[in-house]
Amino acid sequence: MTEIEKINKSTEPIVKYQNVTKSYGDFHVLKGINLDIHPGEKIAVIGPSGSGKTTIIRMLMTLEEPTSGDIIVNGTNLWKMEKSGSMIRANEKHLREVRGDIGMVFQHFNLFPHMTILENCMSAPIHVKKENKDEVRERSVQMLGRVGLGDKLDFYPSQLSGGQKQRVAMARALVMRPKIMLFDEVTSALDPELVGEVLEVIRDIAQNDDMAMVLVTHEMDFALDIADKVLFLDQGVIAEQGTASEVLEHSTNERLQNFLRRFRKV
Amino acid sequence: MSNNWRWETFFEAMPIVLKGLGITIGLTFACFGFALIFGFVWTFIRRIPFSPIRWFVTWVMEFIRSTPPLVQLFFVYYALPMVPVIGVTLDPFTCAVLGIGIHYSTYIGEIYRSGIDSVDKGQWEASTALNFSTLDKWKKIILPQALPPTIPMLGNYFIIMFKEVPLASTIGVGGIMFMANSYGALNFAYLEPLTIVGIIFLLLSYPSSILINKLEVKLNTRFDKNALIGKSPKKRFFLSKNLEGSDRIV
Repeated sequence: MTEIEKINKSTEPIVKYQNVTKSYGDFHVLKGINLDIHPGEKIAVIGPSGSGKTTIIRMLMTLEEPTSGDIIVNGTNLWKMEKSGSMIRANEKHLREVRGDIGMVFQHFNLFPHMTILENCMSAPIHVKKENKDEVRERSVQMLGRVGLGDKLDFYPSQLSGGQKQRVAMARALVMRPKIMLFDEVTSALDPELVGEVLEVIRDIAQNDDMAMVLVTHEMDFALDIADKVLFLDQGVIAEQGTASEVLEHSTNERLQNFLRRFRKV
Repeated sequence: MSNNWRWETFFEAMPIVLKGLGITIGLTFACFGFALIFGFVWTFIRRIPFSPIRWFVTWVMEFIRSTPPLVQLFFVYYALPMVPVIGVTLDPFTCAVLGIGIHYSTYIGEIYRSGIDSVDKGQWEASTALNFSTLDKWKKIILPQALPPTIPMLGNYFIIMFKEVPLASTIGVGGIMFMANSYGALNFAYLEPLTIVGIIFLLLSYPSSILINKLEVKLNTRFDKNALIGKSPKKRFFLSKNLEGSDRIV
């Protein structure tokens, strides 16, 4: 039994993709994805651009609707709901209920420019979860301290560097206490010298928090370091999966070898 | 009609014309308030996913914008009472608010739309990811970013509208234009009262437009600093063009 299988046997998956496809007209981005995400599991998704990596997590965050197939979150179908005996397309209310445990960090940060970074962190817990304001403030300050921005609480996003913005975005997602965190190429829009500080924060989260994480990334060595499971996505299917060392070091998949070779050369 | 400028007439007409100033200014604010609110109605109806409604409303807006405000005003005042079922007779002031307000609401709806479109798609996605309700998305995230940059343009329309309010004199709303006209008809002297009307408009519009230009500069610096981060210069250019696309700048 491999290490992955051991983990998978021990818990019920928190997210299940069942034969999920996504097409834009004639362009088939994903051609049938089956994937289980277990509580606390750290998954890295790698693959060439256009292979549909980002689409996988965007569908889970309800930013894009699958063309077919089901995504089950905590036992509930995310994109479909039952109405008088038959399954119909989920409405916003249903989506809101099901996606509450999911958080996401974006490539382009998407901080709210009209709020200070503290307000960025506090707005969702207060308005969405209706939590106590003082408690949320305390947690937000603590979280911003954790990502190294405790001295910039009243700054606006425009006053920060890219790396700092991305760290705020992570704090903002973490304050919501998600059970699954999605990272969409979070270092791709950063200047090279700022990548390290962001990866450091992700490493900290991966090691100290027990939420599941899915990272779409181009940082191979980083993926090798923190991921329990690595998926290689190619031409719309999961072409290879396993532990980081299985996929990144011992795979015989030729396209994966080519892909990795291109990366390591750069 | 007397051929010469007469100062006695000027000073005699002045207080009479000024009596209408309150109504002119009041009507401007009433029309503008109506247009600001009704503009939202257009904007949001056009966002309904059901396309026949969208199509219909777009067409209605186009119709309203392509017909002269004077015609609409006359329609509301003279023709509406004759329409069966919905026909009502309204006092001139209400008619003017409806006629001019609805006409301008179509322009203002368009301004709102450009402001909303200029908010980055990522802002919608982030607010979905944080699970904001649809109402909170609009209230807390989208509108606070979409509306401030539209303020200078709304200000321009306010001044343009102020200058169109004399139209209401044609249906008997007693603003300064109506007063000047009445004085002229009564005393057979139009030169002085109408000059007074011109001066009053100049004295009010010009400083207002300077104020609005100042506001625009101030908002632009604030907006640049806070709102448009992470956009390429090219997109930024396109965006500002899109926002300032109105050719009716004061």
